[in-house]
Amino acid sequence: MARTPQSRAGRRAGAPYSFLAPALILFALFLAAPIAYSIYLSLRRVKVSGLGLGAGSRTEIWAGLQNYTRSLTDPEFLPSVTRVIAYGMIVVPTMLGLALLMALLLDAGRTRVGTFARTSIFLPYAVPAVVASLLWGFLYLPRISPFTDLLNGLGMAPPDLLSDSWVLYAVANIAVWGGTGFNMIVLYTALRAIPTDLFEAARLDGATDTQIAWRIKIPIILPSLIMTFVFSLIATLQVFAEPMTLRPLSNTISTTWTPLMKVYRDAFTRNDIYSAAATSVVIAVATFVVSFGFLKLVGNRAFNQED
Amino acid sequence: MKKTFLPLAGVLAAALMMTTAACSSSDDKDSGGSTQPGEKVELTYWTWAPNMDKVVEGWNTAHPDIHVTVNKQDGGDPAVTKLLTAIKAGSGAPDVMQAEYQKIPTLVSANALADIAKQVSPAKAKFPDSAWNAVTLGSEAVYGLPQDTGPMMFFYRSDVFDKLGLKAPATWDDYAAAARKVHQANAKQYLGTFSSNDPGWFAGLSQQAGASWWGVNGDTWSVAINDANTQKVASYWGGLVQEGVIDNKPMYTPEWNAALNDGTQVGWLGAVWGPGVLEGNAAGTKGKWKVALLPQWDTAKQANGNWGGSATSVTTQSKHKEQAAQFIQWLNTDPAAIKALATQANVYPASVDATATALTSPPAFFSNQSDYYSIAAEAGKITSPFTYGPNVNVAYNSYNDAFGKAAQSKKSADFTAALSTMQQATLDDMKNTGFKVAG
Repeated sequence: MARTPQSRAGRRAGAPYSFLAPALILFALFLAAPIAYSIYLSLRRVKVSGLGLGAGSRTEIWAGLQNYTRSLTDPEFLPSVTRVIAYGMIVVPTMLGLALLMALLLDAGRTRVGTFARTSIFLPYAVPAVVASLLWGFLYLPRISPFTDLLNGLGMAPPDLLSDSWVLYAVANIAVWGGTGFNMIVLYTALRAIPTDLFEAARLDGATDTQIAWRIKIPIILPSLIMTFVFSLIATLQVFAEPMTLRPLSNTISTTWTPLMKVYRDAFTRNDIYSAAATSVVIAVATFVVSFGFLKLVGNRAFNQED
Repeated sequence: MKKTFLPLAGVLAAALMMTTAACSSSDDKDSGGSTQPGEKVELTYWTWAPNMDKVVEGWNTAHPDIHVTVNKQDGGDPAVTKLLTAIKAGSGAPDVMQAEYQKIPTLVSANALADIAKQVSPAKAKFPDSAWNAVTLGSEAVYGLPQDTGPMMFFYRSDVFDKLGLKAPATWDDYAAAARKVHQANAKQYLGTFSSNDPGWFAGLSQQAGASWWGVNGDTWSVAINDANTQKVASYWGGLVQEGVIDNKPMYTPEWNAALNDGTQVGWLGAVWGPGVLEGNAAGTKGKWKVALLPQWDTAKQANGNWGGSATSVTTQSKHKEQAAQFIQWLNTDPAAIKALATQANVYPASVDATATALTSPPAFFSNQSDYYSIAAEAGKITSPFTYGPNVNVAYNSYNDAFGKAAQSKKSADFTAALSTMQQATLDDMKNTGFKVAG
């Protein structure tokens, strides 16, 4: 009847599960269950009987993969995907390049305005996306932008930054302005963690600051770079707030400009939540494939550097 | 084994109890709608008309047992989106909702509006036929009471017109000529703009030309967005935008407000609720505007269109439908309420008594034009019929995208092509949902 050592070990083994349980329950309730419900909804559609007015005229029926074929063959879907890819190719390199440059400059220690610079570069990240888009919208519209008076004074006509040829860069600019600060802080923190005797050794060997940055700092913080790259990739694939807010201000952004805007339009403007569920599943799978694939591609080389 | 799972089971049980407690608490309110006399009833009212809380104060002071709280919405489309989402979710919808006439078929189709025929049928005599049809959809049910109508009118800067020697255009040819004269005199000035963001505006203009985008025959719908009348309107505006005498930027943007203020937009095809918009966006130009009827296609057969106009409805999720119907009846038939609607909310009440009791003096922004409301009444009388279908939101969304492209390209051919896109999108959506559609 004595308690065997086994049961005491068993009791200790139960502790991690009970610590994990709240997070698992919240995950199940607020992430897993809605995802499962979306997948379920994407396989259903609504059917109308009679004139379609009044109670009982709409019933939900099984649709199979009909929503998926309709969503993928929608003539607006492919352009929105190519647009988002082009948007990503503008935003991600620019944002990460600027973030890396600023992190390296701040880490080089030459700047006496370090704290002020860090705070002011990070500040745009604290501005919510919708507010930032409205702000930039006011700056972009020629008639009300303060830049118009400036350029007119210099004898130049203000460009219409929301016209077809510029609108992609206009939206990308808002994302770069808002996101660079956050990525810079992440990279700066990683740089601060590098032991300084590496730099002393390099300087003794006659390396310049640029060579130290290129040959020592960047390779060491490669894992952080990859992490910020993946996060930026996921964020750009889901761009929504900036084009959505700018849309009423000009003719050039349609309601299906990005895939996520198409989901919103289907779900809430067209009242077709089933088609929206199908499109969002497609977006989620694509995001998963791209980010997971990229990590697999570079992960082994970058994360297993310790020899 | 029991020992390892006990902590886990305890946490799971606690979580389950918490979630079921949260779920059941919302069922505590009695769902029958029956309340003890003397018990205070709380109603929520979603509306976007300005100053509605002041109008509702009149009800609240006179009826302490039924308290109405106004929840100001962003505008017609966002409010309808919110309501449809709440209806689908099963909770979150208000008791009383301002429902635009063109959205009523969509809302009824989504089972969002309650049938209050039992409570308000006698009020039929107080409203014009066209408004009553819009809330009954030709059936025995009554889905709301007409609150205001929106007959379109033409607002123009009388000082600019006087300087150029122009009169208010009587026909659309006159309007085009005036537009050319205004733009030639000053390359920065436009008589108006083609807005790809306001499908209701374009629908009203098409209505004036004789179009009706949807039709009902028994239990079969028909869609006629690219019929000859609407094409006439689209190619008219496409021509003017291509010529460059009409601007191509959307309305209700900071740019448009600035243009109204500094005189680069000297005309606006608005509706009877226009003074509120002009006052809000261009207060500095007060007294410089005049109003006239819309230019006509055929002066022998005067016609007009509607832009907006809404009813007040009770939602299906309301737990106090009787009290809500009482409030709606007061809001839209009581003389004091109608007067408040006209003077404070700046809407044009649909009640037939309105002109006699409430609309005796012009709105503040048009104090220089004493016959403002008689022009409005005339506009309302000559309004053509128009049937709204069950997927107005799809058609309007298609308008945004198709005409956005057309306005940006400034090519007249794109304007008529956009109509075909709209027609196709609306037809496909109805067929896909299972409606019986002709053609």
